[in-house]
Formats: sequence, C-alpha cells, structure tokens
Amino acid sequence: MSDYNFAYLDEQTKRMIRRAILKALAIPGYQVPFASREMPMPYGWGTGGVQVSAACLTPNDTLKVIDQGADDTTNAVSIRKFFEKTAQVATTEETARASLIQTRHRIPEEPLTEDQILVYQVPIPEPLRFLEPSEVETRKMHALEEYGLMHVKLYEDISQHGAIATAYAYPVKVEGRYVMDPSPIPKFDNPKLSMAAIQLFGAGREQRIYALPPYTQVVSLDFEDHPFEASKADHDCDLCGAADSYLDEVITDDAGGRMFVCSDTDYCRARRAAGHIGAQGAPYEEATA
Amino acid sequence: MTPLLQVRDLAKFYGPRRGCEGVSFDLWPGEVMGIVGESGSGKSTLLSCLAGHLPPDRGEVIFDTHGHGPRDTLTMSEPERRMLMRTDWAFVHQHARDGLRMGVSAGGNVGERLMAVGARHYGHIREQAIDWLGRVEIAADRVDDKPQAFSGGMQQRLQIARNLVTGPRLVFMDEPTGGLDVSVQARLLDLLRGLVREMGLSAIIVTHDLAVVRLLADRLMVMKDGRVVEDGLTDQVLDDPQHGYTQLLVSSVLQV
Repeated sequence: MSDYNFAYLDEQTKRMIRRAILKALAIPGYQVPFASREMPMPYGWGTGGVQVSAACLTPNDTLKVIDQGADDTTNAVSIRKFFEKTAQVATTEETARASLIQTRHRIPEEPLTEDQILVYQVPIPEPLRFLEPSEVETRKMHALEEYGLMHVKLYEDISQHGAIATAYAYPVKVEGRYVMDPSPIPKFDNPKLSMAAIQLFGAGREQRIYALPPYTQVVSLDFEDHPFEASKADHDCDLCGAADSYLDEVITDDAGGRMFVCSDTDYCRARRAAGHIGAQGAPYEEATA
Repeated sequence: MTPLLQVRDLAKFYGPRRGCEGVSFDLWPGEVMGIVGESGSGKSTLLSCLAGHLPPDRGEVIFDTHGHGPRDTLTMSEPERRMLMRTDWAFVHQHARDGLRMGVSAGGNVGERLMAVGARHYGHIREQAIDWLGRVEIAADRVDDKPQAFSGGMQQRLQIARNLVTGPRLVFMDEPTGGLDVSVQARLLDLLRGLVREMGLSAIIVTHDLAVVRLLADRLMVMKDGRVVEDGLTDQVLDDPQHGYTQLLVSSVLQV
C-alpha cells in the first residue's frame, strides 16, 4: 500500500500533533488545542485517539486496540485493521506485548510498563462542560483553578442518590492543579491512572489533546465524609474466576439468565490459559484462542 | 473608620453615548444605599461597573479588603477580583434565573459558594444550606428540589440565600423585587431588611421603586441621564426633593 503515507496522516500533520502532545505532557491535565483532521471514520468512533496513535506510531511498534476492554468488538477491529493497512505495523491482543495501546473506555487490567503508551479516545474532554456551557468561562475556570463547581456535581449526586453515583468519567485532579476528565473509563480504573506508561488523551471532534506523564499524581475528587470508592460488580468472573477485574454483565437468555465476565478479554483469556476456571467456565483449549 | 467602598469620578461610555459619568460617593460599613432613576438613567450601568461586571472608562472603585486594606478593584488582578466576588461581595440579579443554576437543586445552589471557597464536607455544606433556606423562609424539605419547581418569590429568596451564605460584607442588588407581585414584594423586603440589619451588611440597591428605598435604604442617589442629580438621606430626599427631576419622581408615585 504505497498510496498512503505511513499511518495515514501526512508528516506535517503528525508533527503538529506531536507538538501538541509534547505540550500536553509538559502541563499534565491541561487541554491543548490542536488542528484535528477529518479521518475516514465518523466522529465518536475514535478520531482523536486515531490521530494521536498515528502521530506516535513507528514501524517497529506493536499495536493493540481495545474497545470497552475487548479486542474483538467492531470499533477495536476496524481501528486495528486501519493501522494494519496504512502503517503495516504488527498487531497483538496481548497487553504485555504491545508497545502502543489505543483504548476506548477501559484501562487494561495488567499493569503497564515504562515502555508502553496508552492512547485514550475522548468524546468530551471538558469535565466542567455539563455544568458550565461557555467554553470561555470554563477555560477561565481552569486558568484560575476555580473548581468549586465540580463538587456541586458530586453534591447533587449524593443529595439525589445518597452516594456519589457518577460511575464513569469520574473527575480527577492532576498533580494538585488541573481537573481532568479521564474519558469515560469506569471509576474502578481511576486508581490505575497513576501508572508507569505514558497516557495520551485525544478528542477529535473537540480538537483537544491532554496527557498524563508516567507516575503523575492523579486524585479522584470526593468529599471528606463521602470518600472516593472504586466500584465494580460484586461478583467473580464466570469464565476465569477473577475477583479483581472489572466485569461486564451479559444477558444469556430471555428468562433472566445472566453471567458476569471480565471486560478485559485478554486478561480473561490469559487467566483461563493458566488454568483458572470460573463458575460457568469450560476448561481452556488452545484451539479456541 | 474607613469607608467600605469609595467611588471616585466613575464614568462609562457606550461609544459617544453616556452610560454614567462623574459618580463619586462613599459607602460606610453597615450602610444601605439606594440608587433610583428612570429607565435608561444609567443606574444599572453604574451597578455593573461597581460590581466588576463591566469595565468603566474612568474612575476608581476602592474596596476596603479584609487582608490588604483599601484597594482599587479596577486595577486588581482578575483572580483577586473573582475571589472578592465570591467571598466578600454578592450580587442579586433582578431575574433569579440569571443568578441561579436552574439545573442544580436548591441545596447545591446554596452550597456552590461554600464549595468554591474550599468546603469539602458534604454534611456540613448541607447543614449550612438547610440553615440558610430556613432563614429565607424556604422549608427544609425543598432542599433537593430544583429552582424550576419554585415560585418567582421563592426563586428570588433562594438567590439571596445563595449569595449570603459566605457572609459577604457588600451586596449589590439590581431591582431585587422587580417582577414580583406586591404581597410577595412586601415579604421579600421584610426579609431583606431583617438580614441586612442582623448581618450588618452594606448594600447598594438599584431600583425604580421608591417604596423599596424608603424601606431599605439609609441614603439615596437620584440619577438622570447618566449623572447623579441629587443625593442625601433617604427621608430627606423623598420628603423634601430639591431637584426638578426628583420632585417629578416623588410626585409620580401612585397613591392608593
């Protein structure tokens, strides 16, 4: 495929995006505007993440793409194919083997290392957006560190539901400075945001890039008497028996049958390959992998 | 004693048109000042300039700050001025909708200023919110209702509670009773008078309703065409108006 430049975007565009990424890494949590390009996929399908990935990829990289933790859903499959076609990079489903992971709405269960990059697809980068519609005003609030409004949202949660009911896109404070939307990851993943890998966030429609350098301090906002709690379904994985992973609830018939399975498919597969079996799991066979 | 607010030669022009010009006065702690005048006389422009919503073209607005004594709010940095706006100052809008967050419950509205200055204990914030709803005569069981579910008078009282919860020293009010029916107006005025006296607030009230200033204001400024034409003690100005326009204003009040 010589018709495409490596990783689809032209070199000038990649340089522009890299400059935005460097700036974002220099100011953790700060939303850097960038000239987002039209991509051959609709907004909402990860145009921001794809552009950040394209700017970071080198021919030697190994790419993994996940959507809600799974490697085999439409969004993940199509983005993986996109880069196989336009960059001819190696791809993998194994978290540990990937050097660059593009993700939608999850952080892999397996801890990432210093030589990995995690790229998030972000629909709405502004954490204050639904409270303050004016972009001029929210930028001023970030500049002046006026974040009282974020707690109004959490206050509303407690007064309505008795607890902080925000379960995803849970706001965090980065290095004691910027309040950031960690993209719609479940709040179960929030404690993992302080990690060894570089984390990049790309919002294509909103034209913003922000980033967390390795080992950045990331604190989930809360009240003194209603502390942050990373929650998950109170269950073990029915396939691999894991008690510590984030679970999807799957409806299995129309008679109320359901099962809970790991949302991280690679983590579940690796555990079953190692011989762990959950309540409804069958013994792992190499052929089905 | 230093005045809480000293205004010197304030002027604001909209192109060649005069918003207000040559306004100077001192406001002392605990004093309530009324500004009256007809529509278009520049009283709302003046209030916006004083409260920092509109940059004036000329003049000084010197506020006696807590930590640093008298300082010109117009030359302050923006973070300082915004801090002042949510701690020592309060602004009550004519339309409660402009001053409230309509999508947030009454408790959240009152608690916002507390959270903006760093309160992070849900129980304490809620306690204070309920206490303040009580002080403006809103039942405690309405604390989780949104302002949309409130009547106009209740919304206005909620706006007042939201503003006063951080114990400001200076309150700006723009037609606080506008758009309310007379019996609701009377109750609101009664409430405001009580709060102002009890908390020792200073206030600047813009209105075209002479009854409001008669009840609330210690001192009165009458504006016409962007200038102050007469000022003095409220009773003195209303009972013995000197300027032709003030005489017209006082005689225009309907007697029932």
